[in-house]
Amino acid sequence: MKFVDEPVPGKPLPILPGHSSAGRLERILRAGKFAVTAELSPPDSADPEDVYRRAHIFDGYVDAINATDGSGANCHMSSVGICAILTQIGYALIMQLSCRDRNRIAIQGDILGAAAMGVNSLLCLTGDSVQVGDHSEAKPVFDLDSMSLLNTARTMRDEQRFLSGRKLTSPPRLFLGAAANPFSPPFSFRPHRLAKKIMAGAQFIQTQYCYDIDRFKEYMKQVRDLGLDEKCFILAGVGPIASANAGLWIRENIPGIHIPDSIINRLSRAEKQKAEGRKICIELIQEIKEIPGVHGIHVMAYRQEESVAEIIESSKVLGDRVPWSPKREDVKAHFDQKEDLPAFYKRQKPDASLEWK
Amino acid sequence: MSIRQWSVRHSLLMETIYTVVKFVFIRIHPLLDRIGYARVEKPMAFVEKRVKGFLFNCQMCGDCYLSESGMSCPMNCPKNLTNGPCGGVRDNGNCEVDAGMKCVWVEAWEGSQHMKHGKNILLVQNPVNFRIQGSSSWLRMTKKAVNLTSAKEAV
Repeated sequence: MKFVDEPVPGKPLPILPGHSSAGRLERILRAGKFAVTAELSPPDSADPEDVYRRAHIFDGYVDAINATDGSGANCHMSSVGICAILTQIGYALIMQLSCRDRNRIAIQGDILGAAAMGVNSLLCLTGDSVQVGDHSEAKPVFDLDSMSLLNTARTMRDEQRFLSGRKLTSPPRLFLGAAANPFSPPFSFRPHRLAKKIMAGAQFIQTQYCYDIDRFKEYMKQVRDLGLDEKCFILAGVGPIASANAGLWIRENIPGIHIPDSIINRLSRAEKQKAEGRKICIELIQEIKEIPGVHGIHVMAYRQEESVAEIIESSKVLGDRVPWSPKREDVKAHFDQKEDLPAFYKRQKPDASLEWK
Repeated sequence: MSIRQWSVRHSLLMETIYTVVKFVFIRIHPLLDRIGYARVEKPMAFVEKRVKGFLFNCQMCGDCYLSESGMSCPMNCPKNLTNGPCGGVRDNGNCEVDAGMKCVWVEAWEGSQHMKHGKNILLVQNPVNFRIQGSSSWLRMTKKAVNLTSAKEAV
């Protein structure tokens, strides 16, 4: 799908009727397309080139990039910093904002700043607790939680005011998102918690890694019964597991990620575990795409970001759609000159000489 | 089993007691008003802290959530979540931070199932107001209830 008004880096698109943001993610979802988002692993460096490189490997395959905010309570470049660098050159960002490190004064300031620099989507998170990260001696803030954060962002957008009541001269036009974990108990509460998030302002949802497909199907059934899939867009979280041992480690050490034995066993039997992990991921994506009420996928390929393009390509979820990326037109023109190339080549990565610098 | 957990398991009883307490407080409002709420505040907060501290491990946030959280005090959650469990709840229902503690919100969900107005757990709660930390939520609740009734009567 191509927009009539192609994005110009640094300039916002017009906001379409019925949309709350100028963002491409919202446009794709409201147009009824199957959306693809990916998580960018933030660098432990102050070099913007590191950010460009990490965003660039998703070019042509994702509709928006998630900028994580100290995920796992580990210190990295801030989501605000990543968004500032990447929005300048036209990328669509989903800024993650967690309640762990800031109080409501800082959070509202960051929301305004994000919207001003061209962030169109905001993912409101409670955040991992400091104990699981690399600075476990830090003070946890948690002034707000994900729910009141959603409510705060919505109040700022729709009522043009801070929580204090003070007026905003220009509201942040944001598409609001939240996380959901269907794989963590109490299972009967989870769909209701999603309903609460929608009530608090969530318009799209990105879920935790879906490895337990049966549990996810059950969850989606409860979600559909409550009519929630019509009130928000649900993007299922997916990602490749590097090996059986990595899977076991994740299962033991990262609370909230549920990996069934069947997947671990399949990985341990495989000769090339990494390749098998990607294959499992592709199969899961194809299965998830068929579940009613799912509007897209969110790929979290931690330390395997280079595999995202291959996974999305092989799963064929984009159809013939090529999401916008900087210099997309140049890449297209380059391939159009070589008509003898097979069709799939046109979707492949551009030459190194064409790489965006 | 801690007393806090016992109270959650008897959430219906706690809810009934709370309804009675609320009724009594509203009845003695004229008296409280005559003495002056400001003057009653300190001794009342002292009593409330002991009673609710014993029963619920109350942290005196001043803005009681117990009726909306299945009688499981959310201030015991390491993240102080006031709207339900985070995504880190372990498979056995324990807390992601403290592996030996049952998730406050897993208990809250169970507690709410036994309560008459358990459905209130589905309401979106406002963030904690840190200005009223340490003050008596009973007195605040009484003032609020009386104001509501008098507003209704005025209409």
